[in-house]
Amino acid sequence: MIHQYRLMGYNIVLDVCSGSVHAVDDVAYDMISLFESLGRDELIAKISSDRPDLPLSELEECYDQICELRDAGLLFADDSFEPQAGLLKQKTAGVVKALCLHIAHTCNLNCSYCFASQGKYNGERAVMSFETGKRALDFLIENSGSRRNLEVDFFGGEPLMNFDVVKQLVAYARSIEKEKNKNFRFTLTTNGVLIDDDVIDFANREMSNVVLSLDGRKEIHDRYRVDLAGNGSWEKIVPKFQKLVEARGGKNYYMRGTFTHANPDFLKDIEKMLELGFTELSMEPVVCAPGDAEELTREDLPIVLEQYEKLAELMLCRDREGKPFTFYHYMLDLEDGPCIYKRISGCGSGTEYMAVTPWGDLYPCHQFVGEEKFKLGDIWNGVTNTEIQDEFASCNVYARPDCRDCWAKLYCSGGCAANAYHATGSVKGVYGYGCELFRKRMECAIALAVARSSDQEQ
Amino acid sequence: MKHIKTIKTRNLCASAKNGGCGECQTSCQSACKTSCGIANQQCESKNSK
Repeated sequence: MIHQYRLMGYNIVLDVCSGSVHAVDDVAYDMISLFESLGRDELIAKISSDRPDLPLSELEECYDQICELRDAGLLFADDSFEPQAGLLKQKTAGVVKALCLHIAHTCNLNCSYCFASQGKYNGERAVMSFETGKRALDFLIENSGSRRNLEVDFFGGEPLMNFDVVKQLVAYARSIEKEKNKNFRFTLTTNGVLIDDDVIDFANREMSNVVLSLDGRKEIHDRYRVDLAGNGSWEKIVPKFQKLVEARGGKNYYMRGTFTHANPDFLKDIEKMLELGFTELSMEPVVCAPGDAEELTREDLPIVLEQYEKLAELMLCRDREGKPFTFYHYMLDLEDGPCIYKRISGCGSGTEYMAVTPWGDLYPCHQFVGEEKFKLGDIWNGVTNTEIQDEFASCNVYARPDCRDCWAKLYCSGGCAANAYHATGSVKGVYGYGCELFRKRMECAIALAVARSSDQEQ
Repeated sequence: MKHIKTIKTRNLCASAKNGGCGECQTSCQSACKTSCGIANQQCESKNSK
């Protein structure tokens, strides 16, 4: 399967199964589009009639170059992965390597667009005790098999509302990781309200990554991200984020925004983040119930798609000015990216990745918390709902009929199970709107990689 | 004349033979938290490439 498109001044041909990316001229672009449907002589005659100015020898040369790539397995490569898909996914069976610790089901902001219903996940307010968190870390180690890198995200609600427990849990993990031959990578996701010097010192010492919630422009951010009295939080948190990032000294962080129907023109929000001095950026489409006021509409779609293209152009422009920045979804590493195992098996929700509630229940991921039928078990007794776990274990890119003919399937592995469930009622469905955004992001990310490669050569 | 420039990429077919150490980051953990994109993950294995 191939996918070809024009973007950022390049003709791009992606060979889906080999992962190869080709930048081609107009002749090759047209020829590749007809290569599988016409024989050599017929194809050359067709292109020649469309482009009578070109000598026949040049068309023959182009045809031969396409054949060389095909013979090398870099173009029109067969999809040989499907028979192995189940086996590859099986490699994750019985191993847990990442936990999202819901350290606080409570929040000091009251954002109406919050997928976690203002941090409560449709339940009661609660915070995780040290004992529960400690047991969760032990559960992770016990079930991690030979995996060395273990990821733990302190999540909420607002995790800093239970900061002492966060600190105690990190100290506990550090005290046992050498003996257990593990390497903990911690992440903190915060709205910033409670950041102070103590948090900054701790986060910059212990957190592999911090995810800081900021929606960009003040008026956009303050539309939804308000405190319990309804006051916007932008003025309060921006200086704290700036201080934290400056002190972070280059360690990983993401300034993570959400865009909604209120700001499909989210590039302005990215520009605001840049203006504030942030360079590691993530901007996500809102996750909400159908019909919510924040929901992105069909009318928003062309605006959003255009924003993604302009974002890629802005990144290239800033590269050339020596002021580069990172956008999470455009971080394609074409040479050192994931292997096919990862591309087929996906995010690992419900198998190698689980969420833990403040009281120790296990769910397939943070987005399923509060959906009682998805409860997998708990950290004391492990997974007991094997029927649900089996459903997640059988999720792979080839298990979703809608993904079969999609060129982007090896870039998203079939997409987010939670998005699919909320859109279709099945974790093996697909969230079509999200797919449209995802495909555009991948087109832009690949085009940007091609443009950067071209810049490096010059 | 060269009509096609091939960008250097990891060969996915080859990675089927030796990939799958499972050490790489769980996809949306630690970052976006709301969508599954695996293409932007880094490979953690030095031996499988």
